[in-house]
Amino acid sequence: MKNAMQKKVFQIIVDNTSGVLSRISGLFSRRGYNIESITAGTTADPRFTRITIVACGDLDILDQIEKQVSKLIDVRNVRELVPEDSVFRELIMIKVAASAEQRPGIIAVSDIFRAKIVDVAPDSLMIELTGNQTKIEAFLKLLDGYEILEIARTGIAGLSRGSDNVLYFD
Amino acid sequence: MLGADAMVKCLQEEGVKTVFGYPGVAICPFFESITATNIKRVLVRTEQNAAHAASGYARVSGSVGVCVATSGPGATNLITGIATAYADSIPLVCITGQVDSSLLGSDVFQEADITGAAESFVKYSYLIKDVNDIPRIFKEAFYIASTGRKGPVLIDVPMDIQNDTISRFKYPQEVNLRTYKPTVRGHAVQIKKVFKELSRAKRPIICAGGGVILSGAKEQLKEFAHLYGIPVVSTMMGIGVLPSNDPYYFGMVGNNGKSYANRAMNESDLLLMIGARVADRAISQPDLITENKVLIHIDVDPCEIGKNVGPHIPLVGDIAAIFEDFKQHDINVDYRSWVNTLNDYKDSYQINRNIDADYPDPAKIVKTLSEEMDFNAVYVADVGQNQMWSCNYHIVKNGNFLTSGGMGTMGYSIPAAMGARVGCGRQVVAVCGDGSFQMSMMELATIRQHEIPVKIVIFNNGYLGLVREYQDKLYKSNYSMVDLKGNPNYEKLAAAYDIPYMRISKPERIRENIRKFLKDDQTAILECIIDPYCFAK
Repeated sequence: MKNAMQKKVFQIIVDNTSGVLSRISGLFSRRGYNIESITAGTTADPRFTRITIVACGDLDILDQIEKQVSKLIDVRNVRELVPEDSVFRELIMIKVAASAEQRPGIIAVSDIFRAKIVDVAPDSLMIELTGNQTKIEAFLKLLDGYEILEIARTGIAGLSRGSDNVLYFD
Repeated sequence: MLGADAMVKCLQEEGVKTVFGYPGVAICPFFESITATNIKRVLVRTEQNAAHAASGYARVSGSVGVCVATSGPGATNLITGIATAYADSIPLVCITGQVDSSLLGSDVFQEADITGAAESFVKYSYLIKDVNDIPRIFKEAFYIASTGRKGPVLIDVPMDIQNDTISRFKYPQEVNLRTYKPTVRGHAVQIKKVFKELSRAKRPIICAGGGVILSGAKEQLKEFAHLYGIPVVSTMMGIGVLPSNDPYYFGMVGNNGKSYANRAMNESDLLLMIGARVADRAISQPDLITENKVLIHIDVDPCEIGKNVGPHIPLVGDIAAIFEDFKQHDINVDYRSWVNTLNDYKDSYQINRNIDADYPDPAKIVKTLSEEMDFNAVYVADVGQNQMWSCNYHIVKNGNFLTSGGMGTMGYSIPAAMGARVGCGRQVVAVCGDGSFQMSMMELATIRQHEIPVKIVIFNNGYLGLVREYQDKLYKSNYSMVDLKGNPNYEKLAAAYDIPYMRISKPERIRENIRKFLKDDQTAILECIIDPYCFAK
């Protein structure tokens, strides 16, 4: 199905120039591409920034996204991170309303998922969890029975597996 | 050496001979420094036209056009001109003054975030924050504007940077851009495939776009088409790739083009799109051009390939370089019967114009005008009905045909003609409607001040004709906002600028009047009173 909506994770290596993030996000907004998440941070080489974008669209659109992003002057490299050959992680912070009676239940679930309790207040807990999206979704589902006060998610960061695909720049 | 001196020195290093611009406080240091050079400065009457003039200059000279404006409103006024150049891939370097860098972001007088505002219309932009970056940034800007898919580059220079002292001026010999490396050479395997398909094809056709002209490959295209006998049609931006009377040229395609050109493309079994975007006005149904035919798409911008239609053979590279590589191949083909068929289509084409006999026919005026123009003259069409008549009836001999194709910016013709004249010194004719004329008529003063001879033809029908035509068809003649009742008296207007004026209002003696209009190398205005209800086709 060529026209079916798909999701792709793009790893974009850009020159660390001022305004580069707005050039990338501007391109997405003016061409009507959908961004599900975007993360950015410097790479091992401080001249460059790694931007990880999760975009969705049909194959033609995703192909155009890759080409249009490559065309931006500041972009050094664009690559799709294929799920089979990559590791994805997202960090999520959840603030849950928790009375003294509810606390043990929440902590038990958190333990199973290796989530951390990072803050405790008389009436709430803050939980930090890192994982791939399936794990995060599953964890959120288990918290369904509780009152979630706030959520903050970082969006996906990812790297390809092994050392074959590492990019070195002169 | 001040930053402003360095900016001017960079222009000299790039061989810039003319800048089009408009001053203001924030760009004064630059305009002060430039007086020490012999770079020609053309003072336009509104900034938008500085960009259009630079565009006309670039298109005929093949070099980068330069326009300069001040901060705030000066810079924002440039945007339409920049966007027009971007849509047609015209290489420009646009320089704007900016408020002191310490004041950036504080909304001081005449501050505008121009790099942010122009972001989607520029190939790249710079906001200079260190005076020592000036040589590198200028070098990069000219390089980016003029390579790969060409386009406008903006350089925003705060006043304090212009007034700062540069420690050591050294203009770089080469650019060192880690991230920008446009593809020049076409892939050898893909080129081989092109010839394989060509030797199989019975009815091949080339659809040439503006990219052919921009890469300077006009002559090579002609050579290639003639060598194998392949017919050629063009997009609007491609008009001028071949002379109109070339035996292999079959007109402009698209909804405003020639029916036999569209038919030729539809009936072909191999379509070579060269330097064309498969844009909506040229190809309204992109999926049809891959039906029953092989599509080969050649473009320097990989993004254009597959954007509107997926070709069977994509070929990315500079068109001139690709034609050069084509010469390594040789095939034996005979498309004569196909060309004969197309000639039959062309010969049987009837122009069905419904003309009021009391008025001169604009089609005839355009045709006669182009016949009487110099062999290598530049014809600049504006936007509106005049553009349709120009595209369909202008005869290209060996000159240029310029128009705002992608953006369709009204008011383009006069400033672009001005720039073209400065850029090539050949005869230049701007053809506009009464609507588009009034969008740029302030430039008559520029033309007078700098003694730039431009022949201006105004089709006066008292309407915004193309919109009126659209309302006629789609809104049952319920005309809204298209009546130009406040039109000035063009004869008096010409007199006010001390410009010779002529008028054609009758169908008779058109040629004689046009000859008189073109007889000397001086600016003149020719007003043509045409039927207000005349359609573009």
